[in-house]
Amino acid sequence: MALDRIVAPVIKDAIDFNIQLKPYQKFSLDNGVEVYAYEGGSQEVLLVDMVFYAGNSFEQKNWVAAATNFLLKNGTASKTSFEITDAFEFYGAHLNRTCTNETATVTLHGLSKHFQEVIPIMGEIISEASFPEKEIAILKQNQIQRLLLNLKKGDFIANRLIDEYLFGFDHPYGKYSVEKDYTAINREDLVAFYEQYYLNGKCVIFIAGKFPSTMESLLNKHIGQLPLNKKEIKEQAHPIISATEKKYSIINDAASVQGSIRLARHFPNRHHPDFPAAQVLNNIFGGFFGSRLMSNIREDKGYTYGIHSYLQNYKHAGAWMVSTDAGKDVCKATIEEVYKEMKKLREEPVGEDELKLVKNYMLGALLGDLDGPFQIISRWKTYLLNDLTEDYFYNTIKVVRSVRPEELQALANTYLKEEDFYELVVY
Amino acid sequence: MIQFEKFQLDNGLKVLVHQDTSTPMAVVNVLYNVGAKDEDPAKTGFAHLFEHLMFGGSVNIPVYDEPLQRAGGENNAYTTNDLTNYYCQIPAENIETAFWLESDRMLSLAFSKKSLEVQRKVVCEEFKEHYINKPYGDAWHKMRSLAYTQHPYRWMTIGASLAHVEDATMEDVKDFFFQFYRPNNAILVVTGNVETEQVKKLAEKWFGPIEAGKAYVRNLPKEPVQEKTRSMDVRADVPLDMLMMTWHMGGRFDEGYHATDLITEVLGGGTSARLYEQLIKVKQIFSSIDCYHFGTVDPGLLVIEGKLVKGISMAVAEKAVLEEIEKIKNEILDAKEVQKVINKTESVICFEDMSIMNRAHSLAYYELLGDADLMNKELGMYQRVTPTMIQHTAQQIFQENNRNTLYYYSKS
Repeated sequence: MALDRIVAPVIKDAIDFNIQLKPYQKFSLDNGVEVYAYEGGSQEVLLVDMVFYAGNSFEQKNWVAAATNFLLKNGTASKTSFEITDAFEFYGAHLNRTCTNETATVTLHGLSKHFQEVIPIMGEIISEASFPEKEIAILKQNQIQRLLLNLKKGDFIANRLIDEYLFGFDHPYGKYSVEKDYTAINREDLVAFYEQYYLNGKCVIFIAGKFPSTMESLLNKHIGQLPLNKKEIKEQAHPIISATEKKYSIINDAASVQGSIRLARHFPNRHHPDFPAAQVLNNIFGGFFGSRLMSNIREDKGYTYGIHSYLQNYKHAGAWMVSTDAGKDVCKATIEEVYKEMKKLREEPVGEDELKLVKNYMLGALLGDLDGPFQIISRWKTYLLNDLTEDYFYNTIKVVRSVRPEELQALANTYLKEEDFYELVVY
Repeated sequence: MIQFEKFQLDNGLKVLVHQDTSTPMAVVNVLYNVGAKDEDPAKTGFAHLFEHLMFGGSVNIPVYDEPLQRAGGENNAYTTNDLTNYYCQIPAENIETAFWLESDRMLSLAFSKKSLEVQRKVVCEEFKEHYINKPYGDAWHKMRSLAYTQHPYRWMTIGASLAHVEDATMEDVKDFFFQFYRPNNAILVVTGNVETEQVKKLAEKWFGPIEAGKAYVRNLPKEPVQEKTRSMDVRADVPLDMLMMTWHMGGRFDEGYHATDLITEVLGGGTSARLYEQLIKVKQIFSSIDCYHFGTVDPGLLVIEGKLVKGISMAVAEKAVLEEIEKIKNEILDAKEVQKVINKTESVICFEDMSIMNRAHSLAYYELLGDADLMNKELGMYQRVTPTMIQHTAQQIFQENNRNTLYYYSKS
């Protein structure tokens, strides 16, 4: 019998998969710092993620949180910046720092067999960071140069401005640094921030991978004796002050051959009951390669290399964002097409077939996203830091499986309205 | 140690299977032995444009993505100067969908006019986004054409110019497809929750009936040994001066390859590397600096590139880099520094091998090089590198006549 290449092989619908979020183990160090652990994986590697409540929403001066986070490993009472990095790298370990709105992290990736050699240095930078003047000066200088370079890029400008329009420049989600913020920082600012938010700060730890048998005792010895989690760290409330004007067109570079387009509206955080169904609607709209925006604007018209929509889910507030870089002569047409796609979602229910495809795609992708110890702990980290439980996970799956076209249409009528969107093109 | 099994179909398709039962997923990876280096110099950018066209429908299946997404799968592809690689990750239970899709587009594309028209535009936008509308975006175009005079590495995968992509015809597309996209010019790798027997059956069923093509005999012009140092001045609307230097290095099979890789680590791997410590931290001549190479199959380039601190002259910056180069040529590394870069490499390999996706990419790549098992021997090759080998290799590469320099000045 000839092979039938027309008819697709029988598939098992991903909506019928039994998708589980594997549970974490939890223990506490002597100082009360909680450690969430997921052990497993095929390689002898591990990840230790120390999360401090030291994000930029705690700073009084712009850039203090990020600079403190960055410079943590650039000198301690007894080691130079080079000696610290060299010590990590000698053992094939890598220490990353990241500063976000609410939290700032210090993350170690390394070989399991060398954990005992590197964890003492990790403890040292948390407890003895010294912020040498010279390191601060070099960082400032390089940061200013990096900024000069970034300011030449339309997409960089667009990302900053759209957040400012949405949240206001005085809100942690809307602010950004300018050159004078870098020059205005001094060592006292950093030391004060470090003492309050790291040395005596609030910390939670996430670990994953293959652990040495002494994992818990090593963490206890090097982290568990630090004066962490003694004081309450209060999150401040920041009012959102959105721009009144909705449409912007900015020329950053007259010779630019493309425009960076951002369309965005406010959207609630993950705790809002509309959130899971909105994720389904977002996928249909512009959330994956087969989305309507991609199919229309890239695959049918060729206006852009890529166009995406996403729910920007910060802890306390969020946004629904459409983002693309399009040819200069087709920016206007691109924006019109985005609005057309919104209108279609408002006026016509999504077809059963398209909806089923998106549901299967989302759940198949979720299954893939949960593959591996780092992926599992990363999802738990997101949930725990956003005050969510595993109920959120299972509820999202339930909604994705069951949501109906008319519910999505109702959502589109609530959220995908042209007049609610800020519109920005940076050329 | 990555275990795998290997077999070949009658039409020449090589198939590798790596089982990992700890995951519910599977990866199906098809590597075609064609890269930008195989292009006609008058029609560059074709291998990459092709990567786009491969999603525009095949002879029996109007669209590639939809059925895959319906089966819970995701996919992507990339093109380098050496190869083109397509891969999808899918729940293992639905793996046959990936075989159906991949085999149909190996059988034949639909060659739709509309797809060609649209993807030409999409690639032109990609070209603009990455190489025109970006500060220093043209630096690599200029460097490649400076460093190579004969070998096709002289152009980038995106193409030497927008015009080549804009002018691509359906005739070109068909020729390219039937020359390169044949089972005997491809490697299929399946990793994840699969059984070899099951993969054998599926491979025979879906790929077995595809006819072999004419064997592709690669006969690329060799790059002659560079006899004189070359340089080029560029002035552009960028905020900072940039210095970019390259030296010709050996290819993937060169005996000095692993030592060369470690040299780039010693100089440019992370913030404890020499260039970062000396030129950013101690001397404050650069605000950023990197040292790397592309790991190309044919002889490649070792690169040092950095942005100068404002107020520092190009001559001072160049001199400072060359001083570091002299150091690595003249002073033997201490054992501890070599151990560090070997340990780092071990770590990188372990992290890379975590996912079934990366394992599939690596198996396909090493099989392209001649033997997938090289993947398991790689760390040993690094561990055998000695301080003397590093010094010797550095002396071979870092010769003045072997250097190409791009002085990229800020107009402002």
